[in-house]
Amino acid sequence: MKRNSKFVSNLITYGIVIAAWLICSFWMGNGMSSSLKAMLVPICCYVVLAISLNLTVGISGELSLGHAGFMAIGAFTGAILSTWIIAAFPEMNKDLVLTLAVVGGGVTTMIAGALIGIPVLRLRGDYLAIVTLAFGEIIRNILNMFYFSLDGSRLFGSFGNPNIPGKMIYNGAMGIKGVKMLAHFNAGVLLILFALAVVLNLINSRSGRAIMATRDNRIAAESVGINITKYKMMAFVTSAALAGMAGALYANNFYSIQSSKFNVDTSIQILVFVVMGGIGNMRGTVIATTLLYLLPELLRDFSQYRMLIYAIMLILVMVLGNNPLLRNLWMNINPFRKPLKRRAKADE
Amino acid sequence: MSERKRTETRMVPYPSGSFVPERDLGAQPVLECSHLGIEFGGLKAVEDFNIVMGPTEIGGLIGPNGAGKTTIFNLLTKVYQPTHGSILLQGRDLNPLTTVEVNRLGIARTFQNIRLFTNMTVEENVRIGLHNQIPCGMFSGILRLPAYFSAEKKQHEKAMELLSIFDMTGLADVKAGSLPYGAQRRLEIVRALATAPKLLLLDEPAAGMNPHETEELMENIIRIRDQFRIAILLIEHDMKLVMGICEDICVLNFGRIIAKGTPEQIQNNPVVIEAYLGKQRSEAGAEKEEKA
Ligand SMILES: Nc1ncnc2c1ncn2[C@@H]1O[C@H](COP(=O)(O)OP(=O)(O)OP(=O)(O)O)[C@@H](O)[C@H]1O
Ligand SMILES: [Mg+2]
Repeated sequence: MKRNSKFVSNLITYGIVIAAWLICSFWMGNGMSSSLKAMLVPICCYVVLAISLNLTVGISGELSLGHAGFMAIGAFTGAILSTWIIAAFPEMNKDLVLTLAVVGGGVTTMIAGALIGIPVLRLRGDYLAIVTLAFGEIIRNILNMFYFSLDGSRLFGSFGNPNIPGKMIYNGAMGIKGVKMLAHFNAGVLLILFALAVVLNLINSRSGRAIMATRDNRIAAESVGINITKYKMMAFVTSAALAGMAGALYANNFYSIQSSKFNVDTSIQILVFVVMGGIGNMRGTVIATTLLYLLPELLRDFSQYRMLIYAIMLILVMVLGNNPLLRNLWMNINPFRKPLKRRAKADE
Repeated sequence: MSERKRTETRMVPYPSGSFVPERDLGAQPVLECSHLGIEFGGLKAVEDFNIVMGPTEIGGLIGPNGAGKTTIFNLLTKVYQPTHGSILLQGRDLNPLTTVEVNRLGIARTFQNIRLFTNMTVEENVRIGLHNQIPCGMFSGILRLPAYFSAEKKQHEKAMELLSIFDMTGLADVKAGSLPYGAQRRLEIVRALATAPKLLLLDEPAAGMNPHETEELMENIIRIRDQFRIAILLIEHDMKLVMGICEDICVLNFGRIIAKGTPEQIQNNPVVIEAYLGKQRSEAGAEKEEKA
């Protein structure tokens, strides 16, 4: 019965995404404002970023403040890849190019996630949060040292040396220019569905249970033979890969993009989406991200107060969400919602 | 019934000065500790601890609060690294191993302050215990390959089978945290058993249980030993349980063994009465007086 209700809950989550996709597709042909149209792909990307961050923060229980760093790696890898593939194979189907760029972004970020995870996951709690914050910035600064150019169909790259032959496509701190903007809404929705499937399937499997066991009670998890480092790493790397894919799609939606886009503010913004949607709650994350991203658009006249509204909402969620009375109330309204405690209790 | 089971066993001397049940004499001991010790700063929490356990022995570890009983479990499971001595599990030295490796080799435990995964269901808790018994890779899980479904099915069946030991199959979908205290202790035992141990360590399994539950627990501990053919070492303050099912008892005080022997020997040992049993009796007496 229980497993059945989880299955239904997951179906509802997919259903919401598909319904939103149908409505938007219809609306796009029937007078959707161009400013809203321009937001569709970024929304999809942020939804995927928030889902992936919720895997680290909610399921694995590690507060990570450097998610934009992974987004950046995926973004630049994806944009460089698509630019180069189009130059090298002009005949290739554009959606295939986009897919390759997104997968490439995911794989590169996955490797980066593994490299960063090794030192970072030795830490716990606040220390881990601070170090991820630092790594987010380090990634951005390292990316500022890269240079890539295209000479015909040949790709040149260098670290710290801008003197490379051909036309510069990625120019250190100035970022990437001349991206072919292959991203579209359908691709964004597909990526959301993919990310949801990966995360939800992972949660409801042996590996996911091991990840959550590690989060809930480290000592008990070790006592039944669960390799804690392995499962923390699994969650972290999966999360990084999904963030990289979202970044790659994001970058392929704009003509140019600089690394300053991927600063701490962006990391915090993704974290806000996660907190608002509910720690460990994927459906809530999808809804909260969409609404919060649209909020400034809906309140266009007050858009300079966006961060103020965020701050107030965040405080409200923190205060109200931790009130046991209200929490019970929410739980009764939403029978599928899983209450998740952030950390294992006390004495660890 | 449990009373009878125990008195059937005769303890026989083992070369290193310990005793094992007669039926385990020919077999390799499951656990051998020699001169095991740990210091925290200057405090010698455990000193010169020696024990030999036969592969189907039920042993008891008793002693006043702070004697070092839980610390010994933490040493055996490598939560703490011993500062002295050695631990052999079926002849294999545990010194260089981690908690996880020790569990894989065959030591499982429960905790004095229960450590369940309280937000997960009873069945999920047992499935986590089955982690290394019924493997299924991450990719089969994410891609929902056939291997995933067959592993899930096996896990479910095995979990139900294990839960049925304590008649808990009906509680499979209940959140572990919302179980009554006694049931949480039983679930912890099931979760530990799920890891297919050779040696099961129970830290105060009857704490918080009512006399009826304790009675059942005694029968179940013996049943588990007989069914799984494993050794069980338990810490307990409930003397009825300890004297009822343990074949060999080890009494600790201030980190040192002060007595070893069968329940009869322990009950009549003046040193033990002085250090522990006397106090227990007077405490129980005081409680009765208060109630009256
Ligand atoms: N990590 C630690 N650091 C310092 N001292 C410790 C540590 N763990 C245990 N001790 C000390 O070791 C001694 C033995 O503790 P232990 O928990 O093993 O007692 P116990 O016999 O299990 O008692 P109880 O019956 O109350 O459970 C105590 O004095 C305790 O304070
Ligand atoms: Mg103790």
